[in-house]
Amino acid sequence: MIGLFKVKEKQKEEAKNNNTRGASAKKQSAGELRLHKDITELNLPKSCSISFPNGKNDLMNFEVTIKPDDGYYLGGKFVFTFQVSPVYPHEAPKVKCKTKVYHPNIDLEGNVCLNILREDWKPVLNINTLIYGLFHLFTEPNHEDPLNHDAAAVLRDNPKQFESNVKRAMSGGYVGQTSFPRCI
Amino acid sequence: MADLDAPQSKTRDLDKLLLRAGNLVGPDFYPGAELRDDIREYVRVLVVGAGGLGCELLKDLALSGFRNLDVIDMDRIEVTNLNRQFLFRLEDVGKPKAEVAAKRVMERVSGVEIVPHFSRIEDKELDFYSDFNIIALGLDSIEARRYINGVACGFLEYDEDDTPRRETIKPMVDGGTEGFKGHARVIVPGVTPCFECTIWLFPPQVKFPLCTLAETPRNAAHCIEYAHLIKWHEVHGGKSFDPDEPEHMKWVYDGAIKRAELFGIPGVTYSLTQGVVKNIIPAIASTNAIISAACALETLKIVSGCSKTLANYLTYNGGEGLHTKVTEFERDQDCLVCGPGILIELDTSITLQKFIDMLEEHPKLLLSKASVKHGKDSLYMQAPPVLEEMHRPNLSKPLYDLMGRVQKDTVHVFGTALKNEEKQSSLTKLRVVFKGADGVTDMDTAIGA
Repeated sequence: MIGLFKVKEKQKEEAKNNNTRGASAKKQSAGELRLHKDITELNLPKSCSISFPNGKNDLMNFEVTIKPDDGYYLGGKFVFTFQVSPVYPHEAPKVKCKTKVYHPNIDLEGNVCLNILREDWKPVLNINTLIYGLFHLFTEPNHEDPLNHDAAAVLRDNPKQFESNVKRAMSGGYVGQTSFPRCI
Repeated sequence: MADLDAPQSKTRDLDKLLLRAGNLVGPDFYPGAELRDDIREYVRVLVVGAGGLGCELLKDLALSGFRNLDVIDMDRIEVTNLNRQFLFRLEDVGKPKAEVAAKRVMERVSGVEIVPHFSRIEDKELDFYSDFNIIALGLDSIEARRYINGVACGFLEYDEDDTPRRETIKPMVDGGTEGFKGHARVIVPGVTPCFECTIWLFPPQVKFPLCTLAETPRNAAHCIEYAHLIKWHEVHGGKSFDPDEPEHMKWVYDGAIKRAELFGIPGVTYSLTQGVVKNIIPAIASTNAIISAACALETLKIVSGCSKTLANYLTYNGGEGLHTKVTEFERDQDCLVCGPGILIELDTSITLQKFIDMLEEHPKLLLSKASVKHGKDSLYMQAPPVLEEMHRPNLSKPLYDLMGRVQKDTVHVFGTALKNEEKQSSLTKLRVVFKGADGVTDMDTAIGA
C-alpha cells in the first residue's frame, strides 16, 4: 500500500488549501444505533411509560415509570433510571429504582435483583424485555431471590402482613424502623 | 569481508525482506532501497496504548524501519506495570506512559520520531486519526476497540458500484492478550471483517446475581462483589467508587474480609480483590511480546507488500503447550459500521418528510415507519410519542440542512421492512449523496453531446 500512502501525502498538501471534506466529521456509534432502534420499537403496556430527562440528544439515560395495575402494588408509582453503556447491547443497561420501595427483590438503595439485568442478559434482549421484567417484579414479587431479606420473609410466612406492609409503605408510612415516601 | 561499520548493517534483516523478490510477496511489491526509504519517510503509524502491548509495539515498529510513530495513552505508570512494560523504570512511576515510552524508544533507536499523546482516544478530533496510514491497537477493552473501529471505518467511502475506494481505506492491526492467551487480527475496512462484524464472538461477561451476593455468597469473589456493589453504596451514598483510589480498594477489601468471615469463606486476598473489581487477569510478558510481534510484522507487510498479509484472525494459546491458528472470518455485508449500505441520491431541496416517504417506495428498502439517525443526531423517531413530538419539527426541514450541508454522508434508518413477504424490524445503513451541492454536476451528463 505504500504507493497509495505516497500519493496521499502529496494530496494532503494540496487539500490543505481547499477545505473539501465530503464525509463530515460525525462519529458513529453502533451501540447507540441499536439503542435507538430498541426505543422506537418499544411496545409498552399502559401501565409503563418512558421519559427522557436530558432531552432527545441523550437517549442513553432515561427513566421508566411503572404503575402496577394488579397485585400487592396496585396504585403505586415507581420510577426506574436506565443508564445505557457505549458497548450496548454487549452489556446490559444499569437499572436502579429511584423510588424507595418495600419489595423482596429491590433493596433500600434501589438495587434490583432481576436475572436479565445481570447474569442472564443476552444481546438479543432489548429495552422492551427489561421493562416487562421490571413490571413482572411488581405483579409477582418473589421471596426466593431476596435483596430485602425481611420483606421476603414476611411475604413467605405471612402474605396478609406483607400486603398491609406494602400498603403502609406506599402511603408514606413506616415498616419496622424504615420510613417510605408516599408513592400512591 | 563485509564492512561492519557500513550504515547498511543495521538494517540487514529488513533488507532481506525489502530488497529482493520472493515467492510469497504481495501483488504490489517492488523490492529496492526506495521501498525501504519510502517506509521511513512517508508512512505514519499510530500506536494506541502504551502498556503491555504498546511498549512492545513501539519497539518492534521502530526497529522494523518505521520512523514516524505516534503513541496515545491516557494512563500513568504504576508499579505493577514494571514486570512487562519494559520501557518503564521504578523512578517513572506516576509519569504518563505515552511520554516515557516515546522517550525511551527514541533514545535507543536513532532516527525514529515518536510523538506521545497523553490523552483519551475519544478526546482527539477525527482529523487527528485521518493523518495516519495504519493504526496499531494495544488496547484492553471492547469499548475502546469499538470506538477506534468506528473512527477508522468512518473514513471508508464506497463508489457507485459499492466497491470500497482504496484511498479511503485505513487498515488497523489489533492485538489483545489475557494471561497465556492472545489474538492478533488485521482489519482492512471494506475488505476484511471490522470489529463490529465479529463483535458477536465475545462471550458475555461473568456477572453474579445480586441476590447471591446479598444472601448466599459461596466464594471469595461473591464477598468482594458484595462489598464493591452493595455495601459501598449503603455506606458511601452518592460517592462513586474509584478502583484506582487505593483507599477505596482497601475499604472494599476490608468489607470483603468481614463478609467472608461471616460466611466462613476462605480465599479473600487484596490482589484477588483488585482482580475481581477491576476485572484484571495477570499479564505475562511473553504473551504480549508474541502478539505484538505478530502485529508489527503485519503492519510491515501491509505497508510494503513484502509478504502475504495475515488473513485475518490469529489466536494464540500458551496455557498448555502452545497452539496458534489463523481463521479467515468473513465480513458482515450488512454491517452497520463498515458495510456499503444502500446508495441514495437526493436533491438538496428534499424535506425529511419526503425522504421518509421515499424509503417506503425504494425497491431495496420498502421501509415503513422509518426513523432516521445521522451520526450522533437523531433526526426523527417514530416512537415513543414523547420523542416523536420532540422530533416532529424536523420533518418540514430539508434533509440537506439537517445533515449539516455536506455533499455526502452516512445515515441509518430503522423501521419495518417487508422481507420475503414477512414484516421484519430492520436497521439499515444508507449512503446519502446530494446532487447539485458544492458544484457537483449530475452524473448523467452526456459527454460530447
